[in-house]
Amino acid sequence: MSDQISNYPGTSLSESQIQDGEVLSFIDKMQADFAWDTGQAISSYLDGFKQGYITGAYCSHCRKTVVPPRSVCEWCFHEMDHYLPLADTGTVNTFSLCYVTWDVQRIKEPEIPAVIEIDGASPLHGIMHKLGEIEPANVTIGMRVQAVWKPPELREGSITDILYFKPLEE
Amino acid sequence: MRKVAVVGAGMTKFVRRALETGKELAWQASSMALDSCELTMDDIEAVCLGTAPDAFDGVHMNGEYLSDGAGAFRKPYMRSYVGGGTGVFAPIQGWYHVASGMFDLVLVVAEEKMSSYYPHAQGAFLTIFDHTTERPLKPNLLWIFALEMNRYMQTYGISKEDIARVAVKNKRNAADHPSALLGDADITIEDVLNSEVLAWPVNRLDVSPVSDGAVALVLASEHVAKRLTDKPVWIEGVGWNLDTAYWTNRDLAYPRYVEYAARMAYDMAGIKEPRKQIHIVEPYDPFDYKELHHLEGLQLADRGQAPQLVADGVTSRDGDMPVCPSGGLLGVGNPIAAAGLMKVAELFWQLRGEAGKRQVPGTPKRGLAQAWGDLMQVGTVVILGR
Repeated sequence: MSDQISNYPGTSLSESQIQDGEVLSFIDKMQADFAWDTGQAISSYLDGFKQGYITGAYCSHCRKTVVPPRSVCEWCFHEMDHYLPLADTGTVNTFSLCYVTWDVQRIKEPEIPAVIEIDGASPLHGIMHKLGEIEPANVTIGMRVQAVWKPPELREGSITDILYFKPLEE
Repeated sequence: MRKVAVVGAGMTKFVRRALETGKELAWQASSMALDSCELTMDDIEAVCLGTAPDAFDGVHMNGEYLSDGAGAFRKPYMRSYVGGGTGVFAPIQGWYHVASGMFDLVLVVAEEKMSSYYPHAQGAFLTIFDHTTERPLKPNLLWIFALEMNRYMQTYGISKEDIARVAVKNKRNAADHPSALLGDADITIEDVLNSEVLAWPVNRLDVSPVSDGAVALVLASEHVAKRLTDKPVWIEGVGWNLDTAYWTNRDLAYPRYVEYAARMAYDMAGIKEPRKQIHIVEPYDPFDYKELHHLEGLQLADRGQAPQLVADGVTSRDGDMPVCPSGGLLGVGNPIAAAGLMKVAELFWQLRGEAGKRQVPGTPKRGLAQAWGDLMQVGTVVILGR
């Protein structure tokens, strides 16, 4: 703020002023349902989950294997050559121990989101998922992990067909 | 291209929840900016508006909704949107409106009202994740910051304490800002480290607060600026850049898109040695580690070395390279688009020597403001000089 200006507009309210009706507000809910088409590349990704593998896409021009698969290579803007199954193992690139939900409710046992570099994909190419079957204190960057799948009859072609990744004993 | 100057600025208080609507906040900041350079809306030829996702407001075409408060009635009007980078992109859009020769006087307004979304503004961010491949995992926004912060710490061996120093510096700086939401002259590193863990390694005081507020600037072409003021502040360089939207496919320890945006702005401004030629920096600091991350991307610190600059006092308000003398998003508040434009306004006031208690010593000649957003992949940079 400039020292040339002495009056600063803006009136601060507290939550209780709204809850107690001291300040009027209008509360409404919006309904928003969608059915997203998955397209060619992500269809192959989801189909792979049903079969029990993680699908990548390969660009022969850039010699890169990316995951999730996509139909266009960002680097050369050519069509990706083909989709291929990758391993369901990988390396933890980074992780967090998360004690809050999306609406900032507290949870006791942390969720462990992570970026996992998938074996067979180019370096630093990973996906976001969660870790399980491990004490939060024992998670480290660089640890080797493997996907834990739903039983085949329960898979529905979704990222959640992988329940989580667990430490890999090699 | 024509030279473009900033000739006026205005700003509301940043508060957790404002009584005023978004339109009202936009009008307050706009009229302050016009008053500061003794213009009226009749003098303004076009309006550029920045506001972040429509989801916060639950209003489709939020630009049109805010248009009366922003003074857009019967004028050429555009809203730009690049997520968290919007607040520094809006003045870039204003810059090319004027630099192109189309207009001589342009009003740039950035507004954000995040408090309307219930129960918490964080919910409005859920849609930034890919609907098919990520959202079924029920992610929350903190995840991506926590994941990036952890990767940054691990890559360079940076401690939580190194990072907490940024929050302490900025919240202390904000104690001198009359619009600030979270200024605290007495905060300590222990306060930050002992605050509640939200998503390790992110604690509550590592994060900027959800806020409402608005900021506005008046931009003028050279011949008009010289008639309006004897202290014009020139836009010397602008840059913007976008990295891949596949955020799990990139190096999370280094923001290359910020580097590219900065290099574009440095080239335009003729800056060869940014560490010597930039005297004040206002990098985007929604989280404390982001200030460090961005200083490295801006080439103002070596990779992994920004924490050392903070520890050595280089980035303090009276240091060799003051960083966030305003108090930043961590201290002043984070009404997203308004927070970015606040950084440009801070440079304007600092370079004119009007920043009062926040004034950095040594009559600085040039400053850089930067913002960052979308799914952690857009960098926007503005360089101001006098």
